[in-house]
Amino acid sequence: MKRLCLLIIPVAFSLFSCQVALGVERFPPPDFESGHQLPQTTYPPAREGVYEYIDVAVLLGALSLSSYLVLRRRSRREIFALMLFSLLYFGFWRKGCICPVGAGQNIVLSVFDSSYAVPFVVVLFFLLPLVFTLFFGRTFCAAVCPLGAIQDLVVLKPTAVPFWLESTLRLLAYLYLGAAVLLAATGSAFIICRYDPFVSFFRVSGNLNVLIIGACLLVIGVFVGRPYCRFLCPYGVILRQLSRVSKWRVTITPDECINCRLCEDSCPFGAIRGSTTDWPKRDYNKSKTRLAVLIILAPVLALSGALATRTASGWLSRAHPTVRLADRVYLEESGKVADTTDASLAFRGSGKPIEELYTDASNIQAKIGLGSLIFGVFIGLLIGVKLIKHSIRWHRTGYEADRASCLACGRCFDYCPREQVRLKKIKEGAEGGE
Amino acid sequence: MAENKNNITRRNFVKGGIRGGFLAGLGGLVGALIGKTAKTHTVWQIDPEICIACGNCATHCVLEESAVKCVHAYAVCGYCDLCTGYLMPEAKELDTGAENELCPTGAIKRTFVEDPYYEYTIDESLCNGCGKCVKGCNAFGNGSLFLQVRHDRCLNCNECSIAAACPSGAYKRISIDEPYLPKKVGRA
Repeated sequence: MKRLCLLIIPVAFSLFSCQVALGVERFPPPDFESGHQLPQTTYPPAREGVYEYIDVAVLLGALSLSSYLVLRRRSRREIFALMLFSLLYFGFWRKGCICPVGAGQNIVLSVFDSSYAVPFVVVLFFLLPLVFTLFFGRTFCAAVCPLGAIQDLVVLKPTAVPFWLESTLRLLAYLYLGAAVLLAATGSAFIICRYDPFVSFFRVSGNLNVLIIGACLLVIGVFVGRPYCRFLCPYGVILRQLSRVSKWRVTITPDECINCRLCEDSCPFGAIRGSTTDWPKRDYNKSKTRLAVLIILAPVLALSGALATRTASGWLSRAHPTVRLADRVYLEESGKVADTTDASLAFRGSGKPIEELYTDASNIQAKIGLGSLIFGVFIGLLIGVKLIKHSIRWHRTGYEADRASCLACGRCFDYCPREQVRLKKIKEGAEGGE
Repeated sequence: MAENKNNITRRNFVKGGIRGGFLAGLGGLVGALIGKTAKTHTVWQIDPEICIACGNCATHCVLEESAVKCVHAYAVCGYCDLCTGYLMPEAKELDTGAENELCPTGAIKRTFVEDPYYEYTIDESLCNGCGKCVKGCNAFGNGSLFLQVRHDRCLNCNECSIAAACPSGAYKRISIDEPYLPKKVGRA
């Protein structure tokens, strides 16, 4: 019997291979004489949709509580506790998905791609922190964001980053945001999610390269407070701008700054700006000329930014799977490569005409080309505006948290003697040493 | 909160205006999106008609053990003795010896029903979603074996790593209310 079977196998295979193209059952499902009942295929249910709304409720609650703790309670200890909760809930329990940082990409894709419907929960996740930031400052960063929380835990030996370096490194975040928006809008990839450095820690598994990036950021984070938040986070960039016009804000002192400078070094994120003195006349005149030059320079920068990204757009467009596939198929068609890939085989199997693929790919490339032009102008202008901003002297009479950079962590509160008075830890008047 | 006690200064007025503008902008964004938001949350799933069982599912999932498993639609299965999803193409013997089995983890169990029919069941705890059996079954059989994202395991990442690596574009987001795309009898 076995011998017979062995003979049959090759014959059978060759017979069956003739019928590969057919989609219907090649062998009719049997009628069992023994009355054998077919087992049921099990399909474990997805997470109930209602839980997604529970996540939104937790986010709303955490944001409200964070704002209350930062602005009213002014308690670092309580902010820290809430931060731990958020790390456990949004990080380790929900495994970092979905998060407001990545949700923006879904919004962008939904705006540009008519066939993609963004789930309502994702819209809420994106929106709630923005609205809260408009009213209370970056309280989301303080105690709700799990990515911020995991970095906040390792801030052990913070060192000051020079202002020029901080400001320059922050350009990375704008670049990241621009690239993320561009690639999300064209449906190429969600790079914020793909290169989310800490999500592998939450899941205790993931892509090795991303895991290494995350580990490096945590090691850097021991010495430079929250490097991802300050220099890379694309959502943080949006929050920065909204925080500038927030209705309420973090204040180091509960009432009035007495310029004691005790808080000066308390911020591990370099967000405290001191009192300013007036400029000498000579500096003032010099800076007026500089400002004029910089204003003229801004359009030049915008143009060169556009040129730079125009050249990079070919590389950027390779992030889109259709473009990659078209490139590959072209190489195979023109005989430049002999082998095939899974993707090109699958494409040929689908029966779609190659011309259609080429048209699709060039459409996408055109879109990415246009997008990267806008992206380049944006980055160029941004550098110009940054330069202009830094050449203007802003007037400050006391020590305050920079509206944009302050992550509302609450570390500086305790350093302020006025805060100690408020908490009745020291008596009124005791702080004046003079 | 000290700032708020001040009278209206020019700076505060401008800030309030910009804030209002931002709020209006966000409101406008929501308004524009509200018509096309999906009522329900979405999950990732593999369209078995597009899937080519390349094996990426086993290796590209962010989970150590992939969320994708092989699923068996019994009603589609021909209950063949000579199952090309179960046996190696060049199998020496037609029995349950490991060297004859296509499945690298031995996740498919073969039980005798009645002559000449055998039933194949998948031990999901052993399946790694490599799709070798799916390929075999699709090539010469009814295609009753197919890969599906198992939602008890899937983390529903915003960008599915397997979807990004899928060569045939078989991954799609579908409504959480009907989170599977099972194979059915009599598909055309």
